[in-house]
Amino acid sequence: MAALEEGFTLTAVPLGSGPDGPLGVEQSDKTDQFLVTDSGRTVILYKVSDQKPLGSWSVKQGQIITCPAVCNFQTGEYIVVHDNKVLRIWNNEDVNLDKVFKATLSAEVYRIHSIQGAEPLVLFKEGAIRGLEALLAEPQQKIETVTSDEEVIKWTKFFMVFRHPVLIFITEKHGNYFAYVQKFNSRILSKYTLLLRQEEKSAAQSFSASVYRKFISLMSLSSDGCVYETLIPIHPSDPEKNQRVVRSLLLKSVVSGSARSGVALTILDQDHVAVLGPPLSASKECLSIWNTKFQTLQASKELPQGTSGQLWYHGENLFMLHGKFLTVIPYKCEVSSLAGALGKLKHSQDPDIHAMTHFVNWETSQGYGLGSQNSEQSKRILRRRKIEASVQPEVPPSTQLLAAVQKDSEKHIEVELRKFLAVKRTPDFHTIIGDVVIGLLGRCKAEPSFYPRNCLMQLIQTRVLSYSLCPGLMEFALEKTDVQILQLCLQQFPDIPESVTCACLKIFLSIGDDSLQETDINMESVSDYTAIIQDGEIEEQTEILQNGFNPEEDNCENCAQELTEKPQAAAEESTSCPVTGKRAALLNAILHSAYSETFLLPHLKDIPAQHITLFLQYLYFLYLKCSENATMTLPGIHPPTLNQIMDWICLLLDANFTVVVMLPEAKRLLLSLYKFVKSQISICSELNKIEVSFRELQKLNQEKTNRELYSIEVLELF
Amino acid sequence: MWGRGGERRAPRVASPSAGMGEFKVHRVRFFNYVPSGIRCVAYNNQSNRLAVSRTDGTVEIYNLSANYFQEKFFPGHESRATEALCWANGQRLFSAGLNGEIIEYDLQALNIKYAMDAFGGPIWSMAASPSGSQLLVGCEDGSVKLFQITPDKIQFERNFDRQKSRILSLSWHPAGTHIAAGSIDYISVFDVKSGSAIHKMLVDRQYMGVSKRKCIVWGVAFLSDGTVISADSAGKVQFWDSATGTLVKNHLIADADVQSIAVSDQEDSFVVGTAEGTVFHFQLVSVTSNSSEKQWVRTKPFQHHTHDVRAVAHSPIALISGGTDTHLVIRPLMEKVEVKNYDAALRKITFPHRRLVSCAKKKQLLLFQFAHHLELWRLGSTVATGKNGDTLPLSKNADHLLHLKTKGPENIICSCISPCGSWIAYSTASRFFLYRLNYEHDNINLQRVSKMPAFLRSALQILFSEDSAKLFVASNQGSLHVIRLLEGSFKHLHTFQPQSGTVESMCLLAVSPDGNWLAASGTSAGVHVYNVKQLKLHCTVPAYNFPVTALAIAPNTNNLVIAHSDQQVFEYSIPDKQYTQWSRTIQKQGFHHLWLQRDTPITHISFHPKRPMHILLHDAYMFCIIDKSLPLPNDKTLLYNPLPPTNESDIIRRRTAHAFKISKKYKPLLFMDLLDERTLVAVERPLDDIIAQLPPPIKKKKFGT
Repeated sequence: MAALEEGFTLTAVPLGSGPDGPLGVEQSDKTDQFLVTDSGRTVILYKVSDQKPLGSWSVKQGQIITCPAVCNFQTGEYIVVHDNKVLRIWNNEDVNLDKVFKATLSAEVYRIHSIQGAEPLVLFKEGAIRGLEALLAEPQQKIETVTSDEEVIKWTKFFMVFRHPVLIFITEKHGNYFAYVQKFNSRILSKYTLLLRQEEKSAAQSFSASVYRKFISLMSLSSDGCVYETLIPIHPSDPEKNQRVVRSLLLKSVVSGSARSGVALTILDQDHVAVLGPPLSASKECLSIWNTKFQTLQASKELPQGTSGQLWYHGENLFMLHGKFLTVIPYKCEVSSLAGALGKLKHSQDPDIHAMTHFVNWETSQGYGLGSQNSEQSKRILRRRKIEASVQPEVPPSTQLLAAVQKDSEKHIEVELRKFLAVKRTPDFHTIIGDVVIGLLGRCKAEPSFYPRNCLMQLIQTRVLSYSLCPGLMEFALEKTDVQILQLCLQQFPDIPESVTCACLKIFLSIGDDSLQETDINMESVSDYTAIIQDGEIEEQTEILQNGFNPEEDNCENCAQELTEKPQAAAEESTSCPVTGKRAALLNAILHSAYSETFLLPHLKDIPAQHITLFLQYLYFLYLKCSENATMTLPGIHPPTLNQIMDWICLLLDANFTVVVMLPEAKRLLLSLYKFVKSQISICSELNKIEVSFRELQKLNQEKTNRELYSIEVLELF
Repeated sequence: MWGRGGERRAPRVASPSAGMGEFKVHRVRFFNYVPSGIRCVAYNNQSNRLAVSRTDGTVEIYNLSANYFQEKFFPGHESRATEALCWANGQRLFSAGLNGEIIEYDLQALNIKYAMDAFGGPIWSMAASPSGSQLLVGCEDGSVKLFQITPDKIQFERNFDRQKSRILSLSWHPAGTHIAAGSIDYISVFDVKSGSAIHKMLVDRQYMGVSKRKCIVWGVAFLSDGTVISADSAGKVQFWDSATGTLVKNHLIADADVQSIAVSDQEDSFVVGTAEGTVFHFQLVSVTSNSSEKQWVRTKPFQHHTHDVRAVAHSPIALISGGTDTHLVIRPLMEKVEVKNYDAALRKITFPHRRLVSCAKKKQLLLFQFAHHLELWRLGSTVATGKNGDTLPLSKNADHLLHLKTKGPENIICSCISPCGSWIAYSTASRFFLYRLNYEHDNINLQRVSKMPAFLRSALQILFSEDSAKLFVASNQGSLHVIRLLEGSFKHLHTFQPQSGTVESMCLLAVSPDGNWLAASGTSAGVHVYNVKQLKLHCTVPAYNFPVTALAIAPNTNNLVIAHSDQQVFEYSIPDKQYTQWSRTIQKQGFHHLWLQRDTPITHISFHPKRPMHILLHDAYMFCIIDKSLPLPNDKTLLYNPLPPTNESDIIRRRTAHAFKISKKYKPLLFMDLLDERTLVAVERPLDDIIAQLPPPIKKKKFGT
């Protein structure tokens, strides 16, 4: 939970002149120390925890600081610009700013940026950017103009992306906003036009940005009081071209729309933003923390004496002007996790305890099932879905596809689909796929002749679909008795309801062999074992099978009688596959699917008795195949496991025992199953006996070692 | 095997430091010691101490703040089976048992303050009121009796409504207004003011669908919201609403009895122990995150025991359990542990933190102390030699010389054999025994020294001087008696009285080999050093935060070496009355972190007669020779290298690497001492041997159903 702690005033005396508040608060190279530049002539270094100034420097009367002082983390020196063009560099020991290093530049400076691990950068008002070292080597060098006439820099930020510095700045010209992204590893300056939607003719008042893997998330607080988000790719597909990016609504009415000044926005972490401004038109100004993921207000603090519309966030502290005083409000946000909520994890950040990192974290686990997408992106899908149209107007394949689904021919849809699948997957890839399937199904229902089978198969094979994303698909395939699609769905969907699984099973068991012949079914789970036709030698094998159980020696002579009467037939039944290979493949898909017994059992009762018998025979056959080798596995790629087979046998018998027991054709099967269980029980009891004997042996062994109750040994210590 | 005899081996090259660490070790495993099972545990939050009672009536006090050191114990008694143990009124400790008596222990003098019959037949349960001023006992005859705790005694106040059958468990409501009492087949809720039962909650006898004969409520816990939690013999943990007397929730957790329950002070977590050896942790957790609705959830099972978990306790940071398998297990709750330190590690305490073995070096005799008898053994011998790791052929096996049974029902507190082997002394809670041994060839003649003086009634520690001419006895009133031994008789020389104002008993003694100095230590105050010649107190070593676990005085230098429960070792020069330079150096540099992380205390310290720079010490899992002439290890150096050295240069390099020479070959190690320059004796007690003597655990089938 995000929380604001009790704030405190940093400066005991009001900040020197200037109604606009301080120019800036910047981190110094020591933790807890910050450089505060007021809008007049002074730079003060504060130690925040002590609420004490450590040093103060002023420029001469008549000069004016035009750019907030920053610390060069590589050298520990401080840099400030006064009178737009004069650069000063000093360090802690210097007393008088007049006597420190000075460089006069040829163009006006907008900002100096400095962050840990990178060389400071100087951004000129015309949009040119220079590294500090390069600039100091030749201060009077010519500075080119990047921005056009009347284009004014409104805001800028510098950050590291994968250890490469990236600088972004926003300009405004006649109410239009542009973003420039300068990457220093490739020296590419990309320009983007920020598009506003027609109805939102509101001016952006405050910006903040952060990096989400491949995107810069640029948030802006507009004059209508809403927070908008714009995703700017870090690696643009075509850097030279002027690209357009759309902004989407992130938070509604966080500040009053009528607030003219004193609003500011800063991103705290992935899910939290801090907003400064009056929440209602009449109310006092407030600092509030919003969770963007859940769109909730997490914490709020009233600032009755007013503020200046400036907000800085460094470390864990929020800095703002409250009345005439610079105020620091510490901010804390713990990652909310299930484990945290359950009390399993008290301090997730405790460096001393490494062993306790296994906990469920809602932040990261969500994207797991979505294949190749990165998890950060997938988080925002929910929100994005609502405003999808506005987010994606620029992405033609998906919209075109969605449009094609509605009216075009099957062929055309296929082409569009291939086009869509060929482009790189976007974060909302799977929702689009879901929409496409739903669109296709809708059309199928409307036009009975329309059945885009290939498209559907292709869509299922994208591996991003699930039952809940396209609820009608399987029902539709059941209607059409399209076993191929059903098999694919069973293999791909993680969340098929038991009733549907059971309906599939019914179809798989009842469909005629001739109609199966024509279908193209994935046979990889069925290896050659179904093709084995019984002959004499296999009969011998069955005798060694069954975990060492030999039916001939069984005491239950009466029960075995029938079986021994027709030994040939019995052997046949147990060694030849009772179903064709294609049907076996379909049934294997059922065996692999996930289910919950309680929900499955009632549906299993609805299957006709002869189908139950068939399925049982198949399962029994699989079991016999399993026991042919020592590892108790079936050959082939991804075959059903022994546990799956046994579970299904139990399930079927549980659900249909009264029916099966009355069927004459099932009698033999039941008898063999009964004998099998009996043999298992005897094996278990034998194992228990062996365990006891082993324990006795162990005891004997122990006594043997214990007998050496006394010995004299040689020991050398090193 | 192939090294036996060793005739073909090349003659040993005397390397510069060869022999420095080479010993013949008498590896003794015939000390047939079996600790008693744990019956009750009681945790005291105020002092962070844990009281543990065992089936033989012994009560032990562990200081959880001092690295779980067992700092005090009260010897058991045959007729005093403890069934209940509790702290009351701050730090007063009470127990009650099947002889029908309530006992209060004197934690200063380490004896029983008084025993009082409750007149209700055997007592099965006891609970102190939340305020600590009242004591409640549940008796065989179905009565619940309330006692008032007065400053120096307890006083019977009244009976509650008599129940049909024995009261096996009791719990107070935190407000002190109601109590819950677990009996057979039902739980009663009493109003404390009126003493009448207001509810009777019947416990289902059914067990896995089969009706059992009886359902015994082994444990109850009353929560402040009125919930009563019960643990019963049908494997159930049940939640009851005491206001309506109805069952709220039922957890079936075991196929066997659930025998114990303990709730944390915050009432957000509790622990139960089952007869299958499993301990379950239950926690009160929110139904959904951020919701205020909470429910009890069984969160973690722990299987640290093989047998019945008869008793559990819940400290703020750990679950404590003990049972028939004799281990005391302290399992920290990782979410409550702030930093990785002692508290974060699982503790399994099996052996007492005091010596049960003494040794007559000259005669190579070992005296083993059991609860009710002593055994005297003579070590064997060999003429063979060998190299590291060889087992030498015995020319003479070890002999069991003597089995000395105590008279009376009391357990032995302490025992000692004199260095010459001619004297054996031991003490119970009420009597002191001294025997004279005469060896005539293979015959031993045992003669009891009769007419012990009245002041020699009970000893906490006995020690003979190196020349076996003097006997030092630490009595439980804090005084130290010095006795001169003559052929077959004795003479009382002097009694060192405790410092005025203290009544703390001395538990550890050490005498200098020249017989001039006697060091004695209690559990908390510093170590006192007495001058035996002048019979006066010489000095007191400054008190340290952690209790002393072992003491010894080095020959010649008369340096006193003190080991504390936090694994610090100090060396204090008695003549100079100050810490030695070496001790200061090691304190300045600090011990190796692995040394400090050992979890058993050092129980014995001894010295090499020829090498004044060596100190030998051991705990249950290692023994160590500290060579003070070598540099100290720092945290980056390897403290212990289990691999044998590969070549000659490696041997020399390792020998000179640092001061701590450690061997973990013998474990669990109950005793280790130097018999002579080249011979060590190590008394091991393998855990398997103990398990083999325990009753079989509940058998769990592994195959089939």
